[in-house]
Amino acid sequence: MVDLRVKIGALSLANPVMPASGTFADGLAQIVPFERLGALVAKTVTAELRSGNPTPRVAEVEQGMLNSIGIPSKGVAHFIATTLPFYRRFKSPLVVSISAPSADAFADLAAQFNLPGIAAIEANISCPNIEEGGKAFAMSPRATDAVVARLRAVTGMPLWVKLTPNTSDVASVARAAANAGADALVVANTILAMSIDIETFKPRLGNIVGGLSGPAVKPIVVRMTYQCAKAVDIPVIGCGGISSAEDAIEYMLAGASAVQVGTATFLRPQAMLDVIEGIAAFCARKGIAKVSALTGAVGDADMAIDALEAVP
Amino acid sequence: MEALLPKVRPVPAASERNAADVTALVVAHASVNAEYRHLVLHAPDPAPRAVAGQFFHLECPQTDRDKPFLRRPMSVYKADPRAGQVEFLYKVAGVGTRGLATLACGHTLRMLGPLGIGFSLARDWRGIVVLARGVGLATLAPLAEMAAARGIGVSAVLSARGPAQLMSVARFTQIGARVDTVFDSDGSSAPDNVEAIMRRLVDGGRADAFFTCGSNRLMLLLQRLGRELSVPGQVAMEQQMACGLGMCFCCVRNFKVANAVISRRVCWEGPVFDLDEALSW
Ligand SMILES: Cc1cc2nc3c(=O)[nH]c(=O)nc-3n(C[C@H](O)[C@H](O)[C@H](O)COP(=O)(O)OP(=O)(O)OC[C@H]3O[C@@H](n4cnc5c(N)ncnc54)[C@H](O)[C@@H]3O)c2cc1C
Ligand SMILES: Cc1cc2nc3c(=O)[nH]c(=O)nc-3n(C[C@H](O)[C@H](O)[C@H](O)COP(=O)(O)O)c2cc1C
Ligand code: FES
Repeated sequence: MVDLRVKIGALSLANPVMPASGTFADGLAQIVPFERLGALVAKTVTAELRSGNPTPRVAEVEQGMLNSIGIPSKGVAHFIATTLPFYRRFKSPLVVSISAPSADAFADLAAQFNLPGIAAIEANISCPNIEEGGKAFAMSPRATDAVVARLRAVTGMPLWVKLTPNTSDVASVARAAANAGADALVVANTILAMSIDIETFKPRLGNIVGGLSGPAVKPIVVRMTYQCAKAVDIPVIGCGGISSAEDAIEYMLAGASAVQVGTATFLRPQAMLDVIEGIAAFCARKGIAKVSALTGAVGDADMAIDALEAVP
Repeated sequence: MEALLPKVRPVPAASERNAADVTALVVAHASVNAEYRHLVLHAPDPAPRAVAGQFFHLECPQTDRDKPFLRRPMSVYKADPRAGQVEFLYKVAGVGTRGLATLACGHTLRMLGPLGIGFSLARDWRGIVVLARGVGLATLAPLAEMAAARGIGVSAVLSARGPAQLMSVARFTQIGARVDTVFDSDGSSAPDNVEAIMRRLVDGGRADAFFTCGSNRLMLLLQRLGRELSVPGQVAMEQQMACGLGMCFCCVRNFKVANAVISRRVCWEGPVFDLDEALSW
């Protein structure tokens, strides 16, 4: 029997596979027994009521999709009254994803989730920061440091920080988050992208631009996971284009301690279960007793990245 | 009369729903006319227990030319639990449906469902009117059968570009529906004429409720008539989808409820909605 347990800081997970925020909700419980997932990650919640962006909110591209959902949110009270009790019925640890437009607002929101039944806070800092002209917090090490330090001051919960791939120097952002007190990093959110219908000349999303997810992003985010894992001592959770056990294993070899599966669940609702079973089968075949041994096991010891290739 | 039935109908929780991702076997697949195809599948439970208005999320096959990434939603055209069969009627519109069109007998298709909330019929209705055009037929044909099975009379107004594009008339006549056909080719599908037919049906006591699907123009016509004549109604809506399970919030449409505009997910709160609350799209 392969030992699938992994540790994300102080938190133990029964296996390294969990959903990505915004791609998971109660509707999946018809198909996937939530007890089998390493953790449950809720859709990002904001303090204020938000309606999200105009439709179309989705467009498919080769090997991926663009979304411009925005963060429609019914606010904290609704989340605590409805969403939280639903997820608490399952024994898998619950991760609450939060987002806010300023560091202070982030802290106010996080403070409201010092509640039983929540295992960790995931700060989605890939959202616009009104104090930086709408640039995402996680685009700059400075803004990341400011928001994570504020969050650390108000919560004793395990604090996961979700980074954006839309930055030129993700390793510096990762270091800023770790130094400011993050317990783990989630790498990464969607890649800003665009698609145009050449028949109508119209952008294919109602919001003109949106986030790319799915297999198309995987090599980019594997690289970022590798860079972040080298840069920090805290666990990194890989997220981007994972649809099979092979993808998840690649992320773990690059340095991820666990993985999140998003878009793949839209294509195959059982995708997360297939990933869990596939990882166990892979480890059994390779004679690997503990899945955690895969983390950072990429065979790069005698290799180096050419400085010119690494220039972002 | 339970006129407000659809409005007070609660949205079922996940635990009250029964979707599964199943592998179905193609048992028949043929062209109905130049654009539409009829697909018949043998499918395991719970798929054949789908009810009128519900839909499935289909994993459309990839071809040399087309690589559909997301699944495509399709209304159930017929579901028969005893035969273990599910049928679809679809229009070849683009990448996904072109892929679907390549399925041959003996091939398999992955499909997630039944999804969404179907039509509801009040116990005291004696007659309903369905107004269908194009793909709307696929969604409304099983509704007519469901109504007939409950002893509710059905009047159908079927609209098409011309007689050659008209489909499924037999599905309606077989259950004893009163059928009016209107066409673009002879001008009979013009809004004024459709409205006159509708008013006659209401005057004749045949319209305890209106049902429609697919066309914004027809939806608005029925909504206006429904408000004027106090006839409740339901409309099945479409929207681009990713997950089909209420998770992604891609598939929202706007509704007017008590003077506020709210958005609802077509896949989860719908695809069947109260006609009076629907907003133009
Ligand atoms: C609940 C529901 C039930 C449906 N039932 C049927 C049915 O029974 N028969 C049928 O022929 N069609 C039905 N549709 C529409 C069908 O899903 C689309 O025609 C199909 O997804 C088009 O895919 P495609 O790749 O072939 O075309 P694409 O190249 O993706 O698109 C072709 C055109 O269709 C539009 N479109 C794409 N996806 C959708 C969508 N999900 N809803 C509405 N328009 C879309 C696009 O904007 C474009 O104009 C239904 C849609 C929904 C939401
Ligand atoms: C429809 C959709 C909605 C999303 N919503 C959120 C969200 O609310 N919060 C968040 O942190 N990430 C959100 N994401 C990003 C995913 O969590 C994930 O980081 C990204 O999709 C990459 O993973 P994938 O390729 O496996 O989908 C969303 C992604 C999609 C496709
Ligand atoms: S398609 Fe994902 S919420 Fe409706």
